[in-house]
Amino acid sequence: MSGEFFSRGFRGRRRKSELSERLPPGQYLERDFPVLSAGPTPQTPLANWDFSIVGEVDQPKRWSWDEFHTLPRETITRDIHCVTKWSKFDTHWEGVSLDTLLAQVATAADYVIAFCDGGYTTNLPLEEVTGGKAWIVDTYEGEPLAPEHGGPARLLVPHLYFWKSAKWVRGLRLLDEDEPGFWESLGYNNHGDPWKEERYWGD
Amino acid sequence: MERRTLLGRLSWQLGEVVATRPETARTKSITLDLPGWRGHRAGQHVDVRLTAEDGYRAERSYSIASPPEEAPRVTLTVERLDDGEVSPYLTEELRVGDKLELRGPIGGYFVWEAEMGGPLLLVAGGSGIVPLMAMLRHRAAAESTVATRLLYSSRSLEEVIYRDELDRLVKRSAMLAVAQTLTRAQPPGWTGYSRRIDLQMLREVAWPVAQRPLTFVCGPTPFVETAAAILVELGHEPARIKTERFGPTGEKHDGE
Ligand SMILES: Cc1cc2nc3c(=O)[nH]c(=O)nc-3n(C[C@H](O)[C@H](O)[C@H](O)COP(=O)(O)OP(=O)(O)OC[C@H]3O[C@@H](n4cnc5c(N)ncnc54)[C@H](O)[C@@H]3O)c2cc1C
Repeated sequence: MSGEFFSRGFRGRRRKSELSERLPPGQYLERDFPVLSAGPTPQTPLANWDFSIVGEVDQPKRWSWDEFHTLPRETITRDIHCVTKWSKFDTHWEGVSLDTLLAQVATAADYVIAFCDGGYTTNLPLEEVTGGKAWIVDTYEGEPLAPEHGGPARLLVPHLYFWKSAKWVRGLRLLDEDEPGFWESLGYNNHGDPWKEERYWGD
Repeated sequence: MERRTLLGRLSWQLGEVVATRPETARTKSITLDLPGWRGHRAGQHVDVRLTAEDGYRAERSYSIASPPEEAPRVTLTVERLDDGEVSPYLTEELRVGDKLELRGPIGGYFVWEAEMGGPLLLVAGGSGIVPLMAMLRHRAAAESTVATRLLYSSRSLEEVIYRDELDRLVKRSAMLAVAQTLTRAQPPGWTGYSRRIDLQMLREVAWPVAQRPLTFVCGPTPFVETAAAILVELGHEPARIKTERFGPTGEKHDGE
């Protein structure tokens, strides 16, 4: 159907030429920072917050909030892409690379599922979150990450649709076999590459 | 989470506009005939795609307002944002006989079906009423008697979407109660609330915590954020509160 159908009278506000090469197909540029989540924003006191790596590892690993802050930190500037069609350019974050965290466990796992306060989960192949591609971030635009955006800490995997960047993250479970997370069980694509428009099952 | 039935590929399909109906000065309902529609559940949405003659495309999501019982007809209700790209086209340009490209249904989480029972608490801000209306229409079509309360916040009486139909639904079902709040302007003799949603209002309208309502909150982000946080503060189980947030966080969508 593509290529044949057009919407009578629709011109569109943003002409093709204006569209930066940085915008994946089907996305539009957003200056705001919309909030999307499936339920209320969880509140976890920092004293009760920890981050764990569990599952297929020799020894599970756990960091308290203070311990997490002794780890080497990185600043990250990336474009982000939400499956609900908005993209946001040059977002600035600060946090700890998953490479740093995963270096502290021994594993033969190929997959990881992030788990969060509020029960949210999302799954990723380990190779999509290693090699400088993913972080646990607690700072956005120089400020502590706001609760509605996932504070105190969220996963950041900017090269995939933003539902993979799990808010309120509390740990990673390493797995030998892939297992769908929350949205992945509910019709969203298992992988979620915005450049391939992997939005829903079968895309 | 329980539902893992595999969906087929979601492909784009063309629907024909068979009716349009202004709901308020800024919102319009658009009814499409979708011959290949395989049905939906109340609360799901579709993605709409517009294509200009030069191939330029824009996509946005819209909740389905009509109940599953009306398939293969599907109604969307769109609020016009004056500086928007897609909503002005849908509310002003699109006419009966035009075709519209969409795919769906999408979303298996923010969904209510009569079998899920209740009591049901629906909290809507502005056009956030749309997926909740699909639930109320489904409840009526399925002749469900699930005890239901709707709290609906609008700026003024003129901006209340589905006003007459909500009145009719309440008259029809003793188990349905609708509370409204008008945040900016109230007509003379207004007996509803006249302020933004707050703790006291939700305490009055929401079911007692002990009744463990199933709750759906939909509207602009700050509205949803506030309402959901208050419900948790009142002691409602976070896992029974489902939220859907429309649109940007900007000042214009100021929680109403
Ligand atoms: C699951 C879901 C369900 C939804 N259901 C409904 C529904 O039932 N009914 C409904 O009406 N809406 C619904 N929405 C919202 C809808 O998808 C659109 O966001 C809405 O119609 C606005 O789209 P638009 O193209 O008109 O505006 P956009 O062009 O996206 O603009 C939105 C706002 O952003 C600002 N903006 C956009 N681009 C720029 C720019 N370049 N520079 C500065 N500011 C800019 C403008 O202030 C504008 O008001 C839903 C959203 C989701 C995610």
